[in-house]
Amino acid sequence: MSHLTQQQQEALKAAIQDGLPLTSQPYATLANALNLSEPAIIKQMNAWLKEGYIKRLGLVVRHHAVGYRANAMVVWNIPDQQVDTLGEQLRNHPAITLCYRRPRRLPDWPYNLFCMIHGKDRALVLQQIEQIIQQFRLQDVNHAVLFSNRQFKQTGGRYARVS
Amino acid sequence: MMTTLARQLLDLYQRGLPLSPTPYADMAEELGVSETDVIATPRQLREQKVITRVGPVFDHHKAGASTLVAMAVPPERLTGIADYINQFDAVNHNYAREHDFNLWFVVTAADQAQLNAVLDTIRQECGMPMLNLPMEQAYHIDLSFKLAWQD
Repeated sequence: MSHLTQQQQEALKAAIQDGLPLTSQPYATLANALNLSEPAIIKQMNAWLKEGYIKRLGLVVRHHAVGYRANAMVVWNIPDQQVDTLGEQLRNHPAITLCYRRPRRLPDWPYNLFCMIHGKDRALVLQQIEQIIQQFRLQDVNHAVLFSNRQFKQTGGRYARVS
Repeated sequence: MMTTLARQLLDLYQRGLPLSPTPYADMAEELGVSETDVIATPRQLREQKVITRVGPVFDHHKAGASTLVAMAVPPERLTGIADYINQFDAVNHNYAREHDFNLWFVVTAADQAQLNAVLDTIRQECGMPMLNLPMEQAYHIDLSFKLAWQD
């Protein structure tokens, strides 16, 4: 079986990071452009999907354009020994689309747990946050709600090596 | 206006695009439409800015280095600084948010050294308070949207 070299993998990544060709045989189109074989590309894509290097393959939606106009980042200051437990609980809440731990940057930034809530409007998102506070008993936790009011850029990540 | 086919594609194919030599023909057969229409629809959705692309979403951490950056920009300079930040290919998301740290952007690069180089340039050029907030742990990072069609 043919395996792609590291260099060929980089080239493939660069070629698809802005999307697959919208042609009848997109992998054959890529194969032509990159001087690789179509089966080798499909095999590589399969491997990347299996190992989670590619999280999903499909239409990548701009949430703003499909009615999710209120996007709030809710940040919390959770004691270090509790943050992972809470994160694992919050991940299952239907309103939360993203949930991460990030470092505090004291004194400017005391927050270590980040949740993203995408909703149709601001009032609804605020309601959901209140509900989350009640459900997880976070009344006494220092937090902040940062609505996004303008989107300047949204594209896919650029992973190709810059020379 | 969103066509029925556009809605079906958005509902069914935010993940799981068939990984075959002819994915669009496979989808067309599944949906009982023509391959030509399945290929034309994402083009239209891209022009309408509903989607950015049909393709892979990489795991930021497995695919390279990435971080979230927050910057405190004087409000009257926000648009100018946002435009400057957008010029970097390494910047893929860039939002204004309601906070003293009012500009939030994601930087991705092939590795940590290239990432740091971009951050250093931005820090020096802008000279504004900046927080570098790399992800330490992901609890939930699956951002695909259920679409509730209203019209």
